[in-house]
Amino acid sequence: MHRSEKVWLLLSFGMIIGFMLITGYQAFALGMGPPSHEERIDPQKVDETAPFDRPGITKIGENEYEVVMTLQIFSFTPNQIEVPAGSTVHFTLTSKDVVHGFQVADTNINAMVMPGYVQKISQKFEKPGEYLVLCNEYCGAGHQMMATTITVK
Amino acid sequence: MESIAGNTVKTKAFKEKANKILGISPEDARLSKSYLTVAFIALLLGGFLGLLQGLNRAGMLELPTWLNYYQVLTAHGLLLVVVLSAFFTIGYFYAGLSHTLGGLLPKVRKMAWIGFWMKMFGFVLAVIPILMNEASVMYTFYPPMAASPIFYIGLVFIVLGIWMCSFGAFINVASWRKANPGQHIPILSFFATGVFVLLFFGSLPVAIEVFMIIPWAFGWVETINVMVARTLFWAFGHTLVNIWYMTAISAWYVIVPKIIDGHRWSDLLTRIVVIALVIMNITGGFHHQIVDPGISESVKYMHVFMSLAIGFPSLMTAYAMFAVFERTARKKGGKGLIGWFKKMPWGDVRFLAPFIAMAAFIPAGAGGIVQSTNQLNQVVHNTMWVVGHFHLTLGMTVVMTFFGISYWLVPYLSKRVLTPQINKLGIVQTIVWTLGMVMMSFAMHWAGLLGSPRRTSYTTYNDNATALGWDPYLFFLAIGGTLLMIGVLMQVYAVFNMMFFAPKGVTEFPIADEEEGAAPTPKWTERWGLWIVLMLALVAMAYVIPLVGFLVDAPPGSPPFKTW
Repeated sequence: MHRSEKVWLLLSFGMIIGFMLITGYQAFALGMGPPSHEERIDPQKVDETAPFDRPGITKIGENEYEVVMTLQIFSFTPNQIEVPAGSTVHFTLTSKDVVHGFQVADTNINAMVMPGYVQKISQKFEKPGEYLVLCNEYCGAGHQMMATTITVK
Repeated sequence: MESIAGNTVKTKAFKEKANKILGISPEDARLSKSYLTVAFIALLLGGFLGLLQGLNRAGMLELPTWLNYYQVLTAHGLLLVVVLSAFFTIGYFYAGLSHTLGGLLPKVRKMAWIGFWMKMFGFVLAVIPILMNEASVMYTFYPPMAASPIFYIGLVFIVLGIWMCSFGAFINVASWRKANPGQHIPILSFFATGVFVLLFFGSLPVAIEVFMIIPWAFGWVETINVMVARTLFWAFGHTLVNIWYMTAISAWYVIVPKIIDGHRWSDLLTRIVVIALVIMNITGGFHHQIVDPGISESVKYMHVFMSLAIGFPSLMTAYAMFAVFERTARKKGGKGLIGWFKKMPWGDVRFLAPFIAMAAFIPAGAGGIVQSTNQLNQVVHNTMWVVGHFHLTLGMTVVMTFFGISYWLVPYLSKRVLTPQINKLGIVQTIVWTLGMVMMSFAMHWAGLLGSPRRTSYTTYNDNATALGWDPYLFFLAIGGTLLMIGVLMQVYAVFNMMFFAPKGVTEFPIADEEEGAAPTPKWTERWGLWIVLMLALVAMAYVIPLVGFLVDAPPGSPPFKTW
């Protein structure tokens, strides 16, 4: 093997390991790991199961809110959310029918919402504005209309 | 070198030589030509549907109610990621097996024909419900969305047809090995073996998934386990595209060096790349589930490693290719640090197309590394970025290599020649395709970073300011798509011209030799049984924990939904 090839392969290997280490550090030390909540739910009884029997927004602390939300074709419940700037919002999500995606443009919120599973994701909204919430997993004929907004004041 | 004792060996060797001089037998040629014909018709149809989508997505075209965006998208995906790629790969490798192993065995040829008609039958079954708007479920058909059962039955036949071709290839290679004891499988057939091993094992999970779905789609069972289905799908879905990529690199390692008048890269390293890709491929699909619920962060982290590991053989390939280019160009008198570049045959479409395909894999592979890394994946998951990524990998790296192959493979099969006119057409086609893809995939990557979702027909989300900000990029996407349609028409014209109208003549099957005095390749590279065991061990490592989790601790299942 040529010397330059050894160097190249060493660099390649180092790059992959570097990616791994940074990813691991961010995921486990900084708590930036991807949404991975493991709770189960009966997808046909979402309306009767707590906390989804009462979807909505609750203030749970200083600048901290919990949003319990169901996703169904082709809407989000609740569909109007307003929080003051600087608040951290914890979303608890599930689907009442098919697979949906929960994405908020201009933030890092991006999670799959599967029927039968409860998904959780949190985000601190620093800047005021109107954030676009959309479903990013094809869910049927009206998929392109499945959107709402979060207003940060 | 074939002068080993034994009559069978001698006749075999004689047949191989005859094959090289006289060209492919008419029966073997007909088989490969049929596969390629289907592939390029799929390109034409799929490309046209792609144009419709691009124009709709940019808000420039309203689709009629009887052919909506999601029908078009489902058909576009199936035509290009399954039909074009599978038929091209099988046609190309069967021609390669025939050429390097001294012709196909009659029973293998028969198996490939049975496989051909099974796939065609399956495909027709799958397309009918798509056209009737009974199966707008996309290439991924995630339950609990349920298409007409006919759609899934069609998929079963496609998979069975692919298995038929895989086993045909195994039988032919095994028979050659028996007749040539102690010899290495010729390099192109070595690639073919790897590809067919992956096609078989990679499509097992989706076969299991479809057998779960069929009774549920018929209503015989009430509910389905959605996470098991989704996980099985991705064990297949990403392996498939990596198989097409592996088909493309077989031409980079084996064919392109011959076209530029050079020698192959180290035989041992080439075989190691094949083995590594076979062993590590299937587990890579898990990065599609990085933002899924129900999977722990530590399992996801293990999968990041498994996905990134596939990058390593690709980085080996990058070095190998540029080393071959430089060595060959310097032999021809190329000078300077990069001056040798001028000595490459830029005017030869058989080189230019695969070269640009390789170059495209630099950003495409980097984007792939981004997507398989936990936190970065979360930024781009299910956005247009992903669509841009696989148009670079499949639409450029793979498909442009296939185009480059077609300029010698088709005339080789039809016993015609590549004329200077068609070569020129090919060069223009390559440039048009490059411009189209670069424009389109750049626009897609950028719109995706800004948040524009994939698989969504034209929408402004009630004139939302953020969504309106994506429109300029989507406009670029439409221009790129239009250029690509022109490229499709040129390519399809070139293929059928070379198949039926070009002047008769002899075209060589270009397989490069090793460098003079190259070290012999060690025997252990031929231990396919071991590679398969290692592959299965890795698959078990990757999938036992999550699948057992989904099965043992399963939530109540989901009934079928038709939401379109």
